Amino acid sequence: MWINMGPQHPMTHGLWNLRVKVDGETIVDAQPEVGYLHRGIEKICEGRTYTQIIPITDRLCYGSSLTWSHLYCLTAEDLMGVEVPERAEYIRVAAIEMQRIASHLMWLAAYATDLGLMLGFLHAMRDREVFIDLLQALSGSRLTYNYPRIGGVAHDIPPNFERDSLRACAYIENRLREYEDLYEGSRVFMMRNVGVGLLKKEDAINLGVTGPPLRACGVNYDLRKEMPYSVYPEIDFQPAVHPAGDCYARYRVRMDEMYESCKIIRQAIQKMPKGKWRVVAPRNAPVGTGMGRVEDPRGEGMMYIVGDGTDKPYRMKVRSPIFVTVSAAPRMLIGYKVADVVAIMGGLDMCIGETDR
Amino acid sequence: MNLFDFCYGIIHWLVDLINNIWYWLGDFLPWWFGDFFTAVGDFAASHGHIAVMAILLEVIIIIAIALINVLNFIWLDRKFMGRMFDFYGPYYVGYKIGGWLQNLADGIKLFVKEIITPAKADKVGFLLGPVIYVGSSFLALATIPLGRQFYVGTNTDLASTGVGASALIAFAFFAIAPFSILIAGWSSNNKYTLIGGMRSAAQMMSYEIPMLLTVASVFLLAGSFGFMDIVAAQHDIWFGIPLFIGLVTFIVCLAAEVEIQPFDLPEAEAELVEGWTTEYCGMRFGLFMMTGYLRGYIGGALATALFLGGWHGPAFLPDPIWFLIKAYTVFVLIEWARWSLPRVRVDQILDIGWKRLLPLAILNLMIAVAVKSMGWF
Repeated sequence: MWINMGPQHPMTHGLWNLRVKVDGETIVDAQPEVGYLHRGIEKICEGRTYTQIIPITDRLCYGSSLTWSHLYCLTAEDLMGVEVPERAEYIRVAAIEMQRIASHLMWLAAYATDLGLMLGFLHAMRDREVFIDLLQALSGSRLTYNYPRIGGVAHDIPPNFERDSLRACAYIENRLREYEDLYEGSRVFMMRNVGVGLLKKEDAINLGVTGPPLRACGVNYDLRKEMPYSVYPEIDFQPAVHPAGDCYARYRVRMDEMYESCKIIRQAIQKMPKGKWRVVAPRNAPVGTGMGRVEDPRGEGMMYIVGDGTDKPYRMKVRSPIFVTVSAAPRMLIGYKVADVVAIMGGLDMCIGETDR
Repeated sequence: MNLFDFCYGIIHWLVDLINNIWYWLGDFLPWWFGDFFTAVGDFAASHGHIAVMAILLEVIIIIAIALINVLNFIWLDRKFMGRMFDFYGPYYVGYKIGGWLQNLADGIKLFVKEIITPAKADKVGFLLGPVIYVGSSFLALATIPLGRQFYVGTNTDLASTGVGASALIAFAFFAIAPFSILIAGWSSNNKYTLIGGMRSAAQMMSYEIPMLLTVASVFLLAGSFGFMDIVAAQHDIWFGIPLFIGLVTFIVCLAAEVEIQPFDLPEAEAELVEGWTTEYCGMRFGLFMMTGYLRGYIGGALATALFLGGWHGPAFLPDPIWFLIKAYTVFVLIEWARWSLPRVRVDQILDIGWKRLLPLAILNLMIAVAVKSMGWF
């Protein structure tokens, strides 16, 4: 029996369809279908100037919009050959790590409701507010920040930002320990997660899975270490890795990543030099190409821009992590029960905005 | 003296009052018409008529009490959930009584919504599902005694009131609901509802047996199938104390039987949209939801009567109040687990039922046998 889980279904965070073939309650086949939310962002970008594209790239993902505008700015700087002031790089690193924590907390909230743990949802969403408030102080908006610029960031950090960030880090570390008690202390949660949705290391690599699902298979691959961008080489942190490859490992990797992000924010705040936070970028890009890769909260995000000498890109390509990762869904789903669909697909942290673009 | 006597007295008084006027009217009329009046008046004053009317009044009282409790339960559940989840819960409708009127507002909203039957659904089964579900749950209500003198009877004579097997009857009615869920899920002609209905059947198979085994231990200690005797036997010590394992097993089974959160597989909202109630809308859904809480009330009342000493308590409060306090406590315990635990999977629920609860229930039964054979009860 084929069951359409989607496009309108509580399991799908966003608009996509997972067709599942079941034998009783056991899944024997699965077909993910994406494309319900295609907005043509790549084409829209071809009609806009380089500065005007930044707010569009914010719309790529509602969970972590800052990462994508940062990625776009990295790519455009690569194309134009702009040197970014060091202060701006540290501000960017602090901001995108805050965005990573906010994104992971949103994932934690959604994952809790997926498993039926209603308590986790509102508590995780409440703690996400702390980081949303920080980013709002930084940029002025709560969801789509429009903060990075080609050649720096839009504003300097506001007064007391350092103090508030350090307080937020201390707060969230305490709260994360509480979440670990609430989640891992619950036997039902462990029953639902350990050994569910196993993905083999080779399959993960062959299918192009990146980000937390890949690191949960025991592959130590983090773009912040492998191909360092911005000022990550000067910051001391360890990518979170877990060897098991199941839903629990994916949960664990994301939780550990939040601790690591706190460390990174602290170091970025402490090492932040005085100086300029923005340089003026040229209006027209040279003829040529630019490419950028970042470690998005969901995996590897990549952008590729072809400039033709005008103030608008000739072509822009976005490589979205979830668009690739979702192709591993059948490998993870087959053999498990219908109820595991929510745990497995929830563990991937689907974001349809960037998947369909 | 029971609820029947109480109703009988009220009806008798009413009939006497009306008959006074009726006979007085008859005196003014010609003899043949007056005879008719006398005959009607005599019929109204006869034992049979008053007994039937008293039973009807009893039904109304029982249902009214149950529905008020259900409204309280929904309100309590929402408030409790709000406190756990860091928000207020219902607040604005009925501001001065803590948002209590929100349930009535929701009920009115559901009542005015259109009732839709899917075109390809089986019409008879689609209607029969809610009817059986609601009906069987209300029937189970009739067996529960709220106090020494607050129980349903059909006669003034205690020996022939049929309360001798009331606990058996209660569990028989209580166990009908999964069948109606299966009927409703299958007849809706929807894949989610079908899976929900099948899960309900599987769940019933694995939870009825440990539940009834724990209940059997209580029957053994009390030496009776009737709630009145069971509660009376707990005058000195609650059965929940020697049979503590049984109490825990019973409450876990109750959560599965009433289908709330850790075990609400038939309507697992994350994977099955709304499970077996997906295709029902308007007041039919409202009835399902209300009956779900009603079953929570019945479950709490069963646990109270079987394990927590029923209406026994210090004498400064009347019997039914003690009974309801204990039933509410059991309900809040179940709700607490409901909001703080994830949902288990269908194979895990069978594992828990067969591998954990069944041995516990048997152990509990052995303890009951030991306690009884030592002559302590």
